[in-house]
Amino acid sequence: MSAASSNKLTADLLRPLLETSWRFYALVVFLAGIVLMGLGTWAYQMFNGFGVTGINNPIFWAFYITNFVFWIGISHAGTLISAILRLVNAGWRRPVTRCAEVITAFALMIGALFPIIHLGRPWLFFWLMPYPSSRLIWPNFRSPLVWDFFAITTYLTGSVLFLVLPMIPDFALVRDHTTGLRGRIYGALALGWQGTPKQWHRLESAMSIMAIAIIPVAVSVHTIVSFDFSMAPVPMWHSTMFGPYFVAGAIFSGIAGLIIAMAALRKFLHIEAYLHPVHFQNLGKLLLMMSLLWGYFVFAERLTIWYGNGSAEIAVLRVTQKGSFAPLYWTMVVVNFVIPVSILSIRKLRTITGCVIASCGVLVGMWLERFLIVVPSLGHKYLPYSWGVYRPRPVEIMITISTFAAMALLYVLFSKFVPIISIWEMKVGEQETHETALQRTSRVLGELHP
Amino acid sequence: MAHKWGMAVDLDLCTGCGACVTACHAENNIPTVGPEQAARGRAMHWLRVERYWEGDFPDVRLKFRPVMCQQCDAAPCEPVCPTYASHHTAEGLNAQVYNRCIGTRYCANACPYNVRFFDFFNPQWPKPLHLQLNPDVSVREVGVMEKCTFCVQRINAASIDAKAEKRELKDGDIKPACVQSCSARAMAFGDLNDPESEVSRLSRSPRGGTLLEDLGTLPKVTYLERQTQV
Repeated sequence: MSAASSNKLTADLLRPLLETSWRFYALVVFLAGIVLMGLGTWAYQMFNGFGVTGINNPIFWAFYITNFVFWIGISHAGTLISAILRLVNAGWRRPVTRCAEVITAFALMIGALFPIIHLGRPWLFFWLMPYPSSRLIWPNFRSPLVWDFFAITTYLTGSVLFLVLPMIPDFALVRDHTTGLRGRIYGALALGWQGTPKQWHRLESAMSIMAIAIIPVAVSVHTIVSFDFSMAPVPMWHSTMFGPYFVAGAIFSGIAGLIIAMAALRKFLHIEAYLHPVHFQNLGKLLLMMSLLWGYFVFAERLTIWYGNGSAEIAVLRVTQKGSFAPLYWTMVVVNFVIPVSILSIRKLRTITGCVIASCGVLVGMWLERFLIVVPSLGHKYLPYSWGVYRPRPVEIMITISTFAAMALLYVLFSKFVPIISIWEMKVGEQETHETALQRTSRVLGELHP
Repeated sequence: MAHKWGMAVDLDLCTGCGACVTACHAENNIPTVGPEQAARGRAMHWLRVERYWEGDFPDVRLKFRPVMCQQCDAAPCEPVCPTYASHHTAEGLNAQVYNRCIGTRYCANACPYNVRFFDFFNPQWPKPLHLQLNPDVSVREVGVMEKCTFCVQRINAASIDAKAEKRELKDGDIKPACVQSCSARAMAFGDLNDPESEVSRLSRSPRGGTLLEDLGTLPKVTYLERQTQV
């Protein structure tokens, strides 16, 4: 790679950090305003009691748990996808990985907030943790909610490490391009990176270990989230297929979130030269595959319940397919399956716009999917006398909206302070294009089996 | 031998009068939430009388079923609680420790009978009802789950009395508020480990059965009703 193209790459990708327009401030103020309104709403809910929401007897879980599962699902964008792409050494991954990994970290933080927002007494949330209490009480390790606590903290730790490790050489690069306080801050973040062969070797080893370790963690996290439902004897929750069904749904919504984030970055940061249509096409193919897999899971679940004909399950099935939840259910089927499959399976439509349209639909559809898992079952448990209906109230809607704003805000701030495309990996990639695929394969095999 | 508290309800005797519901509210300091909140599904009845119509007109039959916590031996509410607020006592009761509850409401979802209730607001009693609170029962604050206790305060009081008088508890010493107030004498309470107690005798009745038996929750409430061959 020539020095000129290397300098251009550095300049292009550092520009968002070094130049700030008024639009950035306006966007931050707007998003922060919505986030503050959400926090205020949460305070209002804590002060007045949970009765200000639409939760009732028997529908004790609704929007907040839907959001919890949704955001934990979005978090699978990142780490899982980027870990798989790193492990198979897909060359096109290079501009995509960091956008994806950062979604994971932020979506997990937001998702992990929801079980706390949803508590009747949120100030006591630390009772879920095994800490040395003066009363010698431990959490109940039989409870899936305690498993959640361990799964999410493990995944958050792992994905933050996975995100930060490849950022170190880029922090060093920013350090070398800035002065004053800013230079000192990035210098501290760079952890003394000098780019010696020993440091590169350690970084590569650490990243390989994390890429392998994070995949089982990611799969287990969403399986455990699904166990929150499948461990309870509630019709349509108590299912053996919820683990893989939730993991597939999580990856599905994660890819959709990633496509939307990448399209936004491409437009607002003017990095069209680095995020090519081919990246969207490849992610679109992944999205198509996950859409087919999701459709298969829903079909398998629904058909089995229908043939099983258990009275409680059939009541839930009927109310989702034909009853009051039918409009939501069929919307979900259309936006999660019909639209993505028809757009993405036609090569001409698999453009950036096409992928973004399909992804927006998938995000809506996957949110609805979680809602339709949580609410209809709770409203139609075994005794028809205690069936119930649920209507969200402004408190829940406001808090839900504000978390989307929080995600956007964190993303905007991150792309302001950290190069959103890994600069050193791009440079490595440009060198590697001279290496043929065959050489690369034999080199990788040689590393694996020396 | 340890006690195992159970209940039997004869549905053929139940008139659906609702005295048990009222008595339960008075005994256990259960707040009334008012018509607006009740319409939103926030009514708190640790004991409710379910009403079912059977058959087609004109051959219809009305059936009442008082449903309280079934005090299951294999209770789905217990393993799901992350803080042990919902736990099993040595005498087989499904106890709820209000101070330990953080309000995940998972127990209420897991309960197939929907007999667990959440305090959506801090409880309030319109005057002069605030003067009739039972001093033996704690008032629950906002954000915790609560449920039928089989009137554990009466069980404990009777046990202490028996101990003070240096005698064993005998059948009939303990009457939960609902049993005491049942004008049709449709309800019986006692020790299922004592084969001679009234509740044990009724539980063995060929008319007896438990609610949602096939879920395997092993309830300790037996419902007696006319068995028909359909």
